[in-house]
Amino acid sequence: MIQAAVFYMFAILAVLGGVAVISARNPVHSVLFLIFVFFNAAGLFLLLGAEFLAMVLVVVYVGAVAVLFLFVVMMLDINFVELRQGFLTYLPVGAAIGLVLLVELASVFAGWHVAPEAKDVIAAATPDLMQVTNTEALGQVIYTKYVYLFQASGMILLVAMVGAIMLTLRKRPQTKRQSVAAQLARKKEDTLEIRKVGVGGGIG
Amino acid sequence: MADLLLNLWVEYLWPLLWIVILIVCIVLPLLIAVAYLTYAERKIIAAMQMRKGPNVVGPFGLLQPMADGLKLFLKETVLPSRANATVYFLAPMMTFFLALVGWAVIPFGEGIVLADINVGILYLFAISSLGVYGIIMSGWASNSKYAFLGGLRSAAQMVSYEVSIGFVLISVLLTVGSLNLSDVVMAQKSVWFFIPHLPMFVVFFISGLAETNRSPFDLPEAEAELVAGYNVEYSAMPFALFFLGEYANMILMSAMTVILFLGGWLPPMDIALFSWIPGPIWFIAKICFVLFFFLWVRATFPRFRYDQLMRLGWKVFLPLSLAWLVITASVLQFTGLVPK
Repeated sequence: MIQAAVFYMFAILAVLGGVAVISARNPVHSVLFLIFVFFNAAGLFLLLGAEFLAMVLVVVYVGAVAVLFLFVVMMLDINFVELRQGFLTYLPVGAAIGLVLLVELASVFAGWHVAPEAKDVIAAATPDLMQVTNTEALGQVIYTKYVYLFQASGMILLVAMVGAIMLTLRKRPQTKRQSVAAQLARKKEDTLEIRKVGVGGGIG
Repeated sequence: MADLLLNLWVEYLWPLLWIVILIVCIVLPLLIAVAYLTYAERKIIAAMQMRKGPNVVGPFGLLQPMADGLKLFLKETVLPSRANATVYFLAPMMTFFLALVGWAVIPFGEGIVLADINVGILYLFAISSLGVYGIIMSGWASNSKYAFLGGLRSAAQMVSYEVSIGFVLISVLLTVGSLNLSDVVMAQKSVWFFIPHLPMFVVFFISGLAETNRSPFDLPEAEAELVAGYNVEYSAMPFALFFLGEYANMILMSAMTVILFLGGWLPPMDIALFSWIPGPIWFIAKICFVLFFFLWVRATFPRFRYDQLMRLGWKVFLPLSLAWLVITASVLQFTGLVPK
């Protein structure tokens, strides 16, 4: 009973949070609501007994992805009045695209078939949760059966990262970069000279 | 009816009440520890700089933290104009809250733990990665340039150092074979992990300094350039919450260091004299030892420049901890020391 009540609490809060994400006027508030949704999703994972996924959801999405979101959104210079003005002009186009997507989704769901064998495959992939902990169960599946797919997804992320760095990294002639090795190799004799200066003599 | 009520009491209400009592038993000493950590900090740094430190309020200045707390309590709470009030007040509460909830999984002794969960390390990692929100939210909601810059710096800094902390944690838990914090401590029965994992111990400690925004990485609150950073606009209790949160985070980070590398509640040697002293005492003594290093570092090193901070995090610690992870995994595999 308690479990059901907690489930409905998390579920309702997650849905309400999701609605708030798209209806909040301030984009920073949107991101904060998104974080709220992530937390509720983590709560739902906990209820399922998937504590590892719950924690990873918080670490990865809330702790890293959403921070960077927030970082970017906070730096946006948004004029709220201007944002309101465009609303009616773009409404028909936006509504049309939304409608097309909705129809497409509906047609996909109408023709949805699940292969009869699929159910067995899912059941086979899950180790008995009574025997092993959650983390071990995930590891046994990911690092044995799906190890190639797992590695491939890692490679894709790596390529994306390298690509992003390559796009932004460019050599500018006027920037002076710090060379730590050169700094550490510097000696006192290279830069400093002590001279006795006579009165009225100066350094010639 | 009476049966149902009894059932409700035994099944739900009494466990709930018991947990609340336990939480108070953890939080109350923690807050006192935080108060006296500020006192210890001032006294230790004073001693290192050949000053006296607080010595007026009470004997040896022992009542100084109380006086400071009372002062903050009586000050006026200021809300800057055009600040985002909800987020503005949510931020310090969140910082303080996050600094406290981490203690739920900390084992103080054998079996002395509020929540003995299977994913304890991940939980602590998640909590410490959330700490950035209090700072970035306060920086944004203050509607002030200095606070905002402080918040952005902190966000970048904490996210950067979390990556290497994550790899250090993975190296340690590879040697343990469990994410449970009590298991981590028990695995150090023969040798504390700071010996086999010495480079990672150093990396973890330095990353911990950066993660808790302590000097020499206290850029978010660099008073020389940001007039104190993210918390410029805060006064009175909201400021006190930030302050308490920062120090509670320091203690939590020290507790994490102790559990992961210094053998938690275990005595240094399993001989009669040492094993008579109960585990929690050892645990607290070790935390104090690590905290002393936190304060010592503050009195010793100048503040890092921002680009140096980022360089250290991404170009030194990240490759080092990643390499150590591979080395640990290889050594465990080839010597057949893989746990279980």
